[in-house]
Amino acid sequence: MSRIVNKFSWKVGGAAGDGILNAGLQMFAKTCLRGGLQVFATAEYPSLIRGGHNNLDVHVCAEPVHSHTKDTNLLVAFNKETIDKHKHELTEGAGVIFDGDNVKVEENEFDKKVRLYPVPLLKLANENGGKVMRNTVALGATMALLDFDMTIFNQVVSDNFLKKKGQGIVDSNIKAAKAGFDYIKSTQKEEFGWKLEKQERENNLFMSGNEAIAAGAIKGGCKFYSAYPMTPASSVMINLAAQERNFGIVVKHTEDELAAVNMAVGAAFAGVRSATGTSGGGFCLMAEGFGLANMSETPIVMVEAMRPGPGSGMATHTSQGDLRFLMHVSTDEAPRIIIAPGDIEECFFRTIDAFNLAEKYQMPVIILTDKFLAESYATAVEYDVSNVKIERGKLMTDAEAAKETDYRRYRITEDGISPRAIPSQKGAIHVASSYEHDEHGNECEDEDNRVAMHDKRFRKLDNADKDIDRPKTYGDGDLNILSWGSTKGPVLEAQKLLEKDGIKTKFTHVVFMSPFPTKEMTDLAKDPNLIIVENNKTALFAGMIREHTGLEIERKVLRYDGRGFAPEDIHKGVKEILNGKKEVVFSRHGITRSE
Amino acid sequence: MASIAELTPKETPTWCPGCGDFTILSSLKNAIAEAGLKPEETVIASGIGCGSKAPHYVKTYGFESLHGRGIPAATGAKLANHKLNVLVVAGDGDTYGIGCNHFMHTMRRNLNMTFVIQDNAIYGLTKGQTSPTSQQGFKSNSTPTGVLEEPVNPVRWAIIAGATYVARGYAMDINHLKELIVGALKHNGMSVVDVLQPCVTYNKVNTAPWYNERVYHIKDHNVKDKEAAMKLADNEWGDKIPIGLFYHEKDKPTYEEGIPQIAKQPLKDHDISNVDISKLLLKYK
Repeated sequence: MSRIVNKFSWKVGGAAGDGILNAGLQMFAKTCLRGGLQVFATAEYPSLIRGGHNNLDVHVCAEPVHSHTKDTNLLVAFNKETIDKHKHELTEGAGVIFDGDNVKVEENEFDKKVRLYPVPLLKLANENGGKVMRNTVALGATMALLDFDMTIFNQVVSDNFLKKKGQGIVDSNIKAAKAGFDYIKSTQKEEFGWKLEKQERENNLFMSGNEAIAAGAIKGGCKFYSAYPMTPASSVMINLAAQERNFGIVVKHTEDELAAVNMAVGAAFAGVRSATGTSGGGFCLMAEGFGLANMSETPIVMVEAMRPGPGSGMATHTSQGDLRFLMHVSTDEAPRIIIAPGDIEECFFRTIDAFNLAEKYQMPVIILTDKFLAESYATAVEYDVSNVKIERGKLMTDAEAAKETDYRRYRITEDGISPRAIPSQKGAIHVASSYEHDEHGNECEDEDNRVAMHDKRFRKLDNADKDIDRPKTYGDGDLNILSWGSTKGPVLEAQKLLEKDGIKTKFTHVVFMSPFPTKEMTDLAKDPNLIIVENNKTALFAGMIREHTGLEIERKVLRYDGRGFAPEDIHKGVKEILNGKKEVVFSRHGITRSE
Repeated sequence: MASIAELTPKETPTWCPGCGDFTILSSLKNAIAEAGLKPEETVIASGIGCGSKAPHYVKTYGFESLHGRGIPAATGAKLANHKLNVLVVAGDGDTYGIGCNHFMHTMRRNLNMTFVIQDNAIYGLTKGQTSPTSQQGFKSNSTPTGVLEEPVNPVRWAIIAGATYVARGYAMDINHLKELIVGALKHNGMSVVDVLQPCVTYNKVNTAPWYNERVYHIKDHNVKDKEAAMKLADNEWGDKIPIGLFYHEKDKPTYEEGIPQIAKQPLKDHDISNVDISKLLLKYK
């Protein structure tokens, strides 16, 4: 049997605290990246520090890869639980690396033919630097099965540890990896069915959604970020905090989310690009501050990384359940821009857009992600930032402000946007207020003024609608698929699977959720065969389409077990629908409801 | 330096005749003038309440935020541009009730900001409910049988939490209050002036005559002595109420001084037109 080259899915699992995520991401995935391969990696972990079950999927391909896959070709199991939990994901001929000294596994436990590789992980680790080296031994064994270049791996190890831990740790890791590598080579009876080969390197970056958002914020001129930790948004703060002195940013870990949003508003009022970030629970506390930004027309960016709720929900899992909440959050009616990036690259560029749009339209802009996007990693071509422009809208210069004789912060204008002055500018002294106000900013409860101001604020959104990118389509075919935000990757991969079955699809992906793309959604929803894919129970976006267009989307593929879609789910779901079903719901076990 | 006339906008206050907010406003404007603050380089942030309308009545930059959130809004503005003179003016409910978490944490940060609390021991704007500084047993429409809790002791709270200039003023002692606010504005660090204030409409207990009989100027007190300051704040409330400067710690580094990113210029003046992130991206290669 010939070996499958550069199309491979690796999974590592063990107890939280074993360090497997770091080993998988910083060593295995990076080795693949540097070997010119395309990688998508996503981890699943429980909300605790030690114990519990962690696992990481790394999907490696020759061509661009947008998602993990349900299939596993090689499972590295640090405990028996990992095997029990994931054995049904193994493909025909897949391998299992485990510690034969500690874990007993029989071939007849599996429903397919698999190859067992009992490697004395702990023993080899102890001989080469201690228990913590178990990960590295397993990585060496992995490299041996795949016949992948150890020189790249050794360089990655060196880059990973040299600065932080010194040459000694680098050497131990290289030795430990070699021990794992050699063990496989000396005991292996037949070739493993998968192989990785170096190829011309096109990709330069491997990063997570939150890392890309943090990098985008830095490029976008963010100077102030105030937040309170909440999974899965925290790593935006952590990544920015790590860079605050390098890029002259102030990152403030506040006493609570109320302080976080209100500090960001205060900083923006004083003239810097500012942002905050949280998950749904924290956004509940930010609701009033969002309204303050809206009413005072203060530009801020708010990152919301969704997780399942309500209440505290499932901290380390994913959901697209907060869409409606964010569409309406705040008292009364308040215009807003909501951006739901679909991949790592969009996380980066759309974050820059968010800062520009916030200042141009003087309103809060929400970047809506979820755990699946925020904490999944992917390779990307190095960002071309040559076209990035910092657009500060109607922010006045000191000279312009000085010329004002009757400055009105909330001047009624045709486009709804008023020239904006900031403290320290002579000639434009004013009060910004969360109360309804007149053009000068003075509290005002007059009916006509209220209507004029409310209309003015909404006019900004009408103008933003002309400024934002429209939904994009991918592929072409008679069958229309629609999704938004983080489901982009799995749908793109599902398109490939469908095409193999002869089903050609046209996939429309929505990033700008507000202003709502009414025209495009009207055209699309007229198609009675349209299938919508959402990571929630009640198809929130389909509901919004109905609200804005009067059109009902009946065909839905949904998942709300706290996990993101695998491409195989969507592939199967679309086929179910083509067989006459209307609503197909997935979980880890496959289809859980189809009607 | 601006004159009182230059600090006075067209807007006229909407407060009840006889309200302590008038005299606090007067002291505040006089203090800003005397301390020599430039109006365009001064921001007064407030929360929500009768007194929180004050930013509209002083011709400096103002930010009337949300109930309880004047402090974080002010903090954001200060960190964005630490060259600004940033003040917070808010009431007792705003500060010691809904915004208490911010109050405590802001004290320990020791930002160079000034906080003036209009403390009338009542919620006026919502028409007369008990506040965190209302005396035990105080009856109001929200506590018809009397408050059960002991009142907040603002001076004690501010000192415990880490403020470095802590004073208590009295709204009807205008000149004395002005002097306390001037001292607060000149202090390099977190300054707090809790101002006892009658509410002529809703607080029929802590009236001007009630305060007039009790308040006295602090004398012979070592403002550097934290313990003595706490004792003074703890022991004397009732027949005698001390007003003046309780605590003053001069050399504690401010929060801003701990941020090298803003040592050369305020965040506001950083050039963001083309930030070079190539070094950052090396991490991901």
